[in-house]
Amino acid sequence: MINMLILGSTYALLGIGLTLIFGIMRIVNFAHGELYAFGAYFVYFVAVLLGFNFFLSLLIAILAGCILGALIEVVLLRPMRGADIDTTMLIMIGAMIVMQNTEQYVWGGVAKSVSTPFPETPLVIGAFSVSWLRLFVFFAALALIAAAYFLINRTKLGRAMRATFQDRDTAALMGVNIQAIYMATFSIGSSLAAAAGALLGPVYVVSPQMGNIASLKAFAIVILGGLGSIGGATIGGFILAFAEEMGAGYISSGYRDAMGFLLIIAVLLFKPTGLFARSERIG
Amino acid sequence: MKRFLPWIALLALASVPMWLRDPYLLNAFITTGIFIVAAMSLNLLLGYTGQLSLGHVAFFGIGAYTSALVSLGFDVELIGGFRVVHEPWPVWLGFFLAILVSGLCGYIVGKLSFRVRGAYFVIVTISFAEVVRLVALNWVELTQGPLALTSIPPITLGLPGLGYFDFFSKQSNFYLVLGVVALSYVIIGRLVNSRIGRAMVALKENESLAVSVGIDVTRYLVLAAVVSAGIAGAAGSLYAHYLKIIDPDVFLFLYTVTMVIMVITGGKGTLAGPIVGGLIFGFIPVVARSFASPELQWILYGWFMILIVFVLPQGIVPAIEKWFGVGEEARGPGGTEPKMQETH
Repeated sequence: MINMLILGSTYALLGIGLTLIFGIMRIVNFAHGELYAFGAYFVYFVAVLLGFNFFLSLLIAILAGCILGALIEVVLLRPMRGADIDTTMLIMIGAMIVMQNTEQYVWGGVAKSVSTPFPETPLVIGAFSVSWLRLFVFFAALALIAAAYFLINRTKLGRAMRATFQDRDTAALMGVNIQAIYMATFSIGSSLAAAAGALLGPVYVVSPQMGNIASLKAFAIVILGGLGSIGGATIGGFILAFAEEMGAGYISSGYRDAMGFLLIIAVLLFKPTGLFARSERIG
Repeated sequence: MKRFLPWIALLALASVPMWLRDPYLLNAFITTGIFIVAAMSLNLLLGYTGQLSLGHVAFFGIGAYTSALVSLGFDVELIGGFRVVHEPWPVWLGFFLAILVSGLCGYIVGKLSFRVRGAYFVIVTISFAEVVRLVALNWVELTQGPLALTSIPPITLGLPGLGYFDFFSKQSNFYLVLGVVALSYVIIGRLVNSRIGRAMVALKENESLAVSVGIDVTRYLVLAAVVSAGIAGAAGSLYAHYLKIIDPDVFLFLYTVTMVIMVITGGKGTLAGPIVGGLIFGFIPVVARSFASPELQWILYGWFMILIVFVLPQGIVPAIEKWFGVGEEARGPGGTEPKMQETH
């Protein structure tokens, strides 16, 4: 149960990042899972190898995800502005292959673990016991989700992003700097993915394959929640975590990862607009 | 001259086993050929109907497993204690059943997933492939899971009056694969130059216009999916009987990516494109393995992919055709005509 909430909250982070990029830029970001893995590796790098404070490492990893996202946007996506969705998709698949194998090349195939400053003894409340680390991860993820909401709904940048989502050309006419919005969107989306990785990495282990399935899971979450809907992505994250736990518990643990794909297929066949999309808008 | 180009290419390739003695290079030719068949089948969907299916490896893998299981036999207990026992059948039957089963899967997947388009279609097809991969990984009783199906027999063919052929050696496998490549080339060529092919291109260029002139879009898309899946299944079957061992890794997403990049590099919507692209990408590992580790090869591969999309988005074959100023006929209808600039 607690496991489900932790997974759900980090899945929601992944999903929100992807839904922003997909919704605003119309880019199917196959490298999203690799940014997630990047976040996890960065925490490992800063906290374990450089010996920084754990919480500071988390912040640095999120910031690094943001910078990497901006870099990808400027180098790979900006020149292809206006290209159709299949073309950018191929570029992002190329980026995914490069990033994944670079991780494998640099860090090797062996999984790494990140130690944390939290006490080993779990927190016991009545019949429940939960480790401090997991509790922290859950609340940190919730805080980041809330921050994303605030950013989109309450700030000037968020308003410009919402306007771009609704109608790019009109937004540009109203003086919105579309290039800057795209770059901001991709960096924010990337940093959310990196944050999810940075938070989950210490809970499990960090391995080069972790990004593989994360991209597809993020797609599942976005499709569940409806394109461009942040609220939908949040709920979608929890639904996916729930479905996976149920699938692992009642069918077979080997089919845990199949649940996301089955959900995608079912949702797209029966309700292609997603479960929570009222209309195509963001926020 | 242009008319004879495919024949010249075929003859040149057919001579390869006569002068090439290096088994490693011959092996590279055979596996490349198998992937070329798969890439050609993908091109039918991607190049001619314009639908990017990133789950194409599912049909390849289904073909491989069907063919292997039919020729190895299996003994499986289904839900409710219902038991299915299958005695090994001749291998050529497995080959045809692989085409049939993959084609059928293509029909079902096509029927279901052509309800959505664009990014959604891509994601449904990936999901399908991943589900099939997880089934192959977890249904250990049938597929041996990660332990792999081993000692798959080579394809054998008994022809009345001609004797008994056994595709065991690399040479014979080379000719078998070359034959399948040529046959797929002819089948796809005939299809795309027919009324059906023109309908497919019409709906790629402008779907609503195609619908308005009475083209039954879903029917043609599903037809393309069935033919495409069937050919991919044939490629999968060749793969299984050539390598004699398959595991759930045949369903890896990277194989689909390989097929896609072969098609894009060569030129989507051209008959020769997947062959040209396939030869290039089939032999990159051969060249690269001398100086790079596998990870480094993949990194190069990824950069190469990005570069191709940046520099030659239409692919090599159309670029060459443009360079020499040659015309339409060899390329199939409207395959690579410059599309009208879409406004986003």
